[in-house]
Amino acid sequence: MSNIATEAPTEPSGPAPIKSPKRQRVDLRQYGILAALAIIILLFEILTGGRLLMPGNVNNLIQQNSYVLILAIGMVIVIIAGHIDLSVGSVVALVGAVAALAMNSWGLPWWAAVLLALVVGAVIGAWQGFWVAFVGIPAFIVTLAGMLIFRGLTLVLLTGGTISGLPDEFTAIGAGWIPGFLGEILGGRDTFTLVLGLLASAAFVVQQVRTRATLRKLELPREPAASAIVKSAILVIAIMALSWQLSAYSGTPIILIILAVLILLYTFILNRSVFGRHVYAMGGNLFAAQMSGVKTKWINFAIFVNMGVLAGLAGVVATARAGSAVASAGQSYELDAIAAVFIGGAAVQGGVGTVVGAVIGGLVMGVLNMGLSILSVDAAWQQAIKGLVLLLAVAFDIINKRRSGR
Amino acid sequence: MSNAILWMRDITKDFNGVKALDGVSIVVERGEVHAICGENGAGKSTLMKVLSGVYPHGTFGGTIEFEGHPTAYKNINDSEHDGIVIIHQELALSPYLSIAENIFLGNENARRGIIDWNKTNREAATLLARVGLNENPATPVLELGVGKQQLVEIAKALSKRVKLLILDEPTAALNDDDSDHLLTLINHLREQGITCIIISHKLKEIRKIADTVTIIRDGKTIESFSMKEADATESRIIRSMVGRPLDNQFPPRTPDIGEEYFRVENWTAYHPVDTERKVVDDASFTVKAGEIVGFAGLMGAGRTELAMSIFGRSYGINISGKVFKAGKEIQTRTVSEAIENGLAYATEDRKKYGLNLIADIAENISAAALGKLATGGVVDRNKETKVAEEYRASMNIKAPSVSAIVGKLSGGNQQKVVLSKWMFTGPDVLILDEPTRGIDVGAKYEIYGIINQLAAQGKAVIVISSELPELLGLADRIYTISEGRITGEVAREDATQETLMHYMTAGRD
Repeated sequence: MSNIATEAPTEPSGPAPIKSPKRQRVDLRQYGILAALAIIILLFEILTGGRLLMPGNVNNLIQQNSYVLILAIGMVIVIIAGHIDLSVGSVVALVGAVAALAMNSWGLPWWAAVLLALVVGAVIGAWQGFWVAFVGIPAFIVTLAGMLIFRGLTLVLLTGGTISGLPDEFTAIGAGWIPGFLGEILGGRDTFTLVLGLLASAAFVVQQVRTRATLRKLELPREPAASAIVKSAILVIAIMALSWQLSAYSGTPIILIILAVLILLYTFILNRSVFGRHVYAMGGNLFAAQMSGVKTKWINFAIFVNMGVLAGLAGVVATARAGSAVASAGQSYELDAIAAVFIGGAAVQGGVGTVVGAVIGGLVMGVLNMGLSILSVDAAWQQAIKGLVLLLAVAFDIINKRRSGR
Repeated sequence: MSNAILWMRDITKDFNGVKALDGVSIVVERGEVHAICGENGAGKSTLMKVLSGVYPHGTFGGTIEFEGHPTAYKNINDSEHDGIVIIHQELALSPYLSIAENIFLGNENARRGIIDWNKTNREAATLLARVGLNENPATPVLELGVGKQQLVEIAKALSKRVKLLILDEPTAALNDDDSDHLLTLINHLREQGITCIIISHKLKEIRKIADTVTIIRDGKTIESFSMKEADATESRIIRSMVGRPLDNQFPPRTPDIGEEYFRVENWTAYHPVDTERKVVDDASFTVKAGEIVGFAGLMGAGRTELAMSIFGRSYGINISGKVFKAGKEIQTRTVSEAIENGLAYATEDRKKYGLNLIADIAENISAAALGKLATGGVVDRNKETKVAEEYRASMNIKAPSVSAIVGKLSGGNQQKVVLSKWMFTGPDVLILDEPTRGIDVGAKYEIYGIINQLAAQGKAVIVISSELPELLGLADRIYTISEGRITGEVAREDATQETLMHYMTAGRD
C-alpha cells in the first residue's frame, strides 16, 4: 500500500491542460440503418426494373409516408423516454374528423381548421400525459385506452359517414406542390425544385465546415476529415438526386418542406435542448435522473403533449391527402410508427434513439411497401414481409450490441 | 467437538485475484445457535454462499463436511436437499401469492402436476403454528409486514425439513417487537433440535441467543468462543471485529475549519411501506465550513435514509425537521430545490441512482446542472465538452475522451464521474454516501484527496461509510447512527473503532 502514496491526486477544480484526442469515433450504428435503406432501395430498383425510383414513385413515396414519418418523430421521443403510444392512429382519425367538420359544417377557414386540429391534438396529449405523468399509469395502458376512446369518438362525430369536398388549400397540405414560380428548364424540369436542392446541399456543406471550424478553434475532438467528406458527399448526392427526380414530376411537395422542418427542429431539440437531454437521461436511468433534479413528471407530460400535437398534424396531412375524413382513417398507423422507430435503432428499454434514425426506419418500411406493390405482391404477403423485416432489424441490432459487449 | 454438524476447513475464495475468504474455518455443533460476526465486507455472506452452493463446489478452496460427509453442492437445490436452508436479508417471497403458495413454491403438494390445495393449506397452517404466525394461509404475502414475511420464510424452511437454518441479518429490517418474537422463535427451534447460524451485527441479540460466536475479519477467522466463557463480552467481540492496523492510506491534510455552516434539527422520517416504523428518528447534527463529518452506522441503521430524506425527500414519508445553511432555514422538498440551495448527494449505489450508464462522460457530468450550460433552453455542447474535459483532466478520470460510455469505465472512474457531476453543480454542502464502495485502493486514495480538496475550499462535507478505518482516517468528527437515531458524536482525537462500534450497536432500551 505504501507505493500508492506517490500517486497524489491533482487539484479537483479549476482549468487544467487538456490533452484531448483530435479524432472522434464514428458511430457505425447510424450508418448501419442508412446502409440497410440503401440496400433495400437498390434491391427493389433492380427487382422492379428501375420503376421504383421513377419521378412519380419518388413523389408518392414522400407523400404516402409523410404522416407515418411525422408520427415516428413524436414516437421516437416517447420511446426514448421509456414509454409507448398506441393511440396515435385513432388520434389521426379523430383530428381528421374534427378538421373536416370544422371546414364543412362549422364554416371555419382552412387555416383555422388546421390550428384547431393541432389544439385538439395538444389537448388529447395533455389528457394522456396527465394519466401517465401524474397518476402514474403505464403509457401502454393509457394509450391502449386512448386508442379505443378516440376511435369511438371519431365514430360518434362521423355518424353521417365520410366527409368529403374539402377546400383545395387544405388538401394541398398533403397532396399539393409548391407552385413552380421559377419556370422550367432542362426540358420541362421545375427550376424551383432544383434550386431548392442546390440551396439545401450548400447549406449542409457550409454548416459542416462551420461546425468543424468551431471545434478546431475550441480544441475539441472532431470527426475524421475523410469520414466527414464522404458523409457530406453522400448526402449532397442524395439531396440532388431527390430534387432531380421531383423536378421531373410536379415539383416540391409541400409536405416535404414540412417534414424537413420537423426533422431539423426535432433533431435540434433532442440533441441540443435541455428538454431533449432530460428525455435521454430519463430513458437511460430514471432514478439517476430524478436524483439529479430532473423534473421527470413534467418532462413526461410534455412528451405526450408533443406527441399529441404531432399526431394532430399527421391527422391533418392524412385527411388532406385522402381529401376526406373517414372513421377508419389512421388504422394501424401507430404500429407503423413504432416499427419505424425500432428499425431506426431505438432501444425497447429506452434511452437510445434518434429522429433521423426513426425517419430512415420509416423510409425503409415505405420503400418496402412501394417496392412490393410495384411487384404486385399480394397485400397479405406484404404484411408478413414487413413484420419479418422489423424482427430482423431489431435482432440484428441486439446481436450487434451484444458483440460489442454492452 | 464430537457432535459437530458442520465443519468448514480452510475455505478460500477469490474474485479476480482479490481474496474474499482466506482460510476461514468454522465448526458448528449440532443443536446450537452459532453467531458469525464481522464488519461489512469481512466475508460472512461469501462464506454462507460457499456453504449453500451459490458458489458451486470447485470454485473455492478448502473442505466442507456436513453431518459427517464431505459436500459437493453444485447449486442451492443440492444443499437444500441436505437440509441446509439460507434466509437472505432481502426476502425472496412472491408478493402476490398466498402464504401457503409461497411456503410450497418449487416444492408443491401435487400429483401429476395438479396441486392438492387441501393438503397445501392444512400443512401450511401447521407450519404457521410452529413459527407462531397467526394468519390465514390464503393471505397474500404483500399484506404482511416484514417481520411476518420473515416468519413465512422460516416456515418455508421448516417445510423443507431443515437441519441447519442460516439467517443473514434477520433483524436488520425489523422493529423491536418483531425482533423479540424472532429471537424467541429461534430459541424454540433450538429446542426442537434445529441448528442455527445467525449472522448479526447486533451484539445484544448475540448475547441473548448465541451459544457460540465466530468472528471473521478480512476473510480470516479471528477467533471462536463459547458465550458461556467468563470473558465472552461484547467488548471482546468488538475488539476482534475491528482489530485491523491502520495503514498510511490517506493523503495528508491540515484541517481549516470555520464556523458552523450546515445544521439539521429534529429530522424524522418514516418507512414508505411499513408506515409505522421510523427509519430516521429525531436526528440533529451540524457541519462546519471546511469540515469533513463522518456518519458511521451498520447496514440498515438509517444512514442512507437520513441523507436521501434530506436531499429532496427522495426516501421516506411523513418527513419532519428543519435544515439550516449559513444560519438561514432552507427548503429541500424536491431534488431540484435541494440542488438550488447548494446541496449535493452522491448516492451509495452509483449504478442504480447515480449514473446513466448508456450515456457518455460529458452527458453524465452535466446532468445535474444542465442549466449552467444552456441559454434559452439550448445546451452549448461545445462548452459542455470543454467542462467535461476539464474534469476528466483534474479528476484524473481514465478514459480516452469524454465521449466514452460511462458503463464501460471501472468503478473508481465511474465514482469520479459522479463526483465531477456534483462538483459541477457548485454545491456548498456535499453528502457522499459510501464514496469508495467497490473501488480499488489506488482510486480510493485519489478520492480521499478529492474529498480533502473540497473541504479545503470551505465546503461542508459529509461522508457516510461502512468502513470505520476510512472514517477515522478522513473525518474531523464522526456521528454514529443506530436504528435511525444518532447515538453518538465523537471528535477525531477521541475516536477509535471500539468506541464507534459501541455506539453503532447501541439498541433502543
